[in-house]
Amino acid sequence: MATETNAEGGSALTFHPMDQFIVKPLFGDGAVHWYTPTNVTLWLAISVLCVILLLVMGTRQRQVVPSRSQSIAELAYGFIYEMVEDVTGKDGVKYFPYIMTIFMFIVFANFVGLIPMAFTTTSHIAVTAVLAMGVFLAVTVIGFVKNGAGFLSLFWISSAPLALRPVLALIEVISYFVRPISHSIRLAGNMMAGHAVIKVFAAFAAVLAISPFSILAITAMYALEVLVSFIQAYVFTILTCVYLKDALHPHH
Amino acid sequence: MADENIPAEELLEGADAAHAAAESSGGLPQLDFSTFPNQIFWLLVTLVVIYLILSRVALPRIGAILAERAGTITNDLAAAEELKQRATEAEAAYDKALADARAEANRIVAETKAGIQAELDDELKKADAEIAARTAESEKAIAAIRDSATESVAEVATETAKALIEALGGTADDASVKKAVSARVEGGSA
Repeated sequence: MATETNAEGGSALTFHPMDQFIVKPLFGDGAVHWYTPTNVTLWLAISVLCVILLLVMGTRQRQVVPSRSQSIAELAYGFIYEMVEDVTGKDGVKYFPYIMTIFMFIVFANFVGLIPMAFTTTSHIAVTAVLAMGVFLAVTVIGFVKNGAGFLSLFWISSAPLALRPVLALIEVISYFVRPISHSIRLAGNMMAGHAVIKVFAAFAAVLAISPFSILAITAMYALEVLVSFIQAYVFTILTCVYLKDALHPHH
Repeated sequence: MADENIPAEELLEGADAAHAAAESSGGLPQLDFSTFPNQIFWLLVTLVVIYLILSRVALPRIGAILAERAGTITNDLAAAEELKQRATEAEAAYDKALADARAEANRIVAETKAGIQAELDDELKKADAEIAARTAESEKAIAAIRDSATESVAEVATETAKALIEALGGTADDASVKKAVSARVEGGSA
């Protein structure tokens, strides 16, 4: 895609909207081994740092009347805690730390990815697929451990007419296995598309005639991306809760 | 389905291209599978670190803060309720004290009034009695004075009559003069 636009655009317009997603070693130009510290490592570490800053440093004073950072931390805690409790019920609360981990990671990875020149870890399918597969496997294991074979009643919709049930079961099974794919691609796709569009507009900003429009468009896209960053983190987390609810209470 | 296969193939080709020239701008960097082990490794490290931080430090702390706040709020509400109760009690006590004080004041006023009335009556009775006694005494004195005056009149009349008789050259017979005078005086007074 980038090479095509490169060829059309000539010297003034250089489109490399996907270059921002390239994984590079932090030091030197060698090959990317599994242990190599890369820009992925750097921005994951920055996300961890942000989590520590907000949830640990922000709450250090343990005030009854909270400071700003402490009340944001409490807000995040209450937001996810209530989500887990509302969606999965009382017995899902023990999974709250895991779900909070997922939410805090995605929300900070998305937000730090919005910093200009940053690398957005959650725009990579490798990252979101690991998250989604982790959720999928955990939910499936929890489902079978908690309910035994009864977990399969998730696919056998007893409220439907008997003749329809095998068909519905097939659809349910397919949709169950599609879950991790849609779960991961939704997040990666949203993050990648938004960042790529911003980069495309940024390339247009070099052309004098349309640069004001381009800058306005970047601003608008950026605002939208801030919203999308939070919403996608929220969507990923609430879907995790919904899947967990299915595992804990498979009977419709 | 056939349409969807084409871009997938293209993507795979792109991935291959990225494999071939990772540093060039061809293909989606997201599908450069050579970087996957690296990303997955560091992601797992990140998730474990975040999980440990959250489950060991952050979440228990925030949970404790929220619980403490809830406790404080509950205690404060209970204290406020208790203070309100006490205020109501104090108001009731105040009202009662006020009513008692009013009743006491009324009672004292009535008592004082009765006392004053009794004293007044007493004094009036005493005064009346004294007046009556004085009146009786005065009447007695007046009667005595009147009696003595009557006597004196008779005496003076006798002596005057005697003197007149002697002056006229008669001889005054005491007994007859007296008899005549007393007859005249009594007649006069009668």
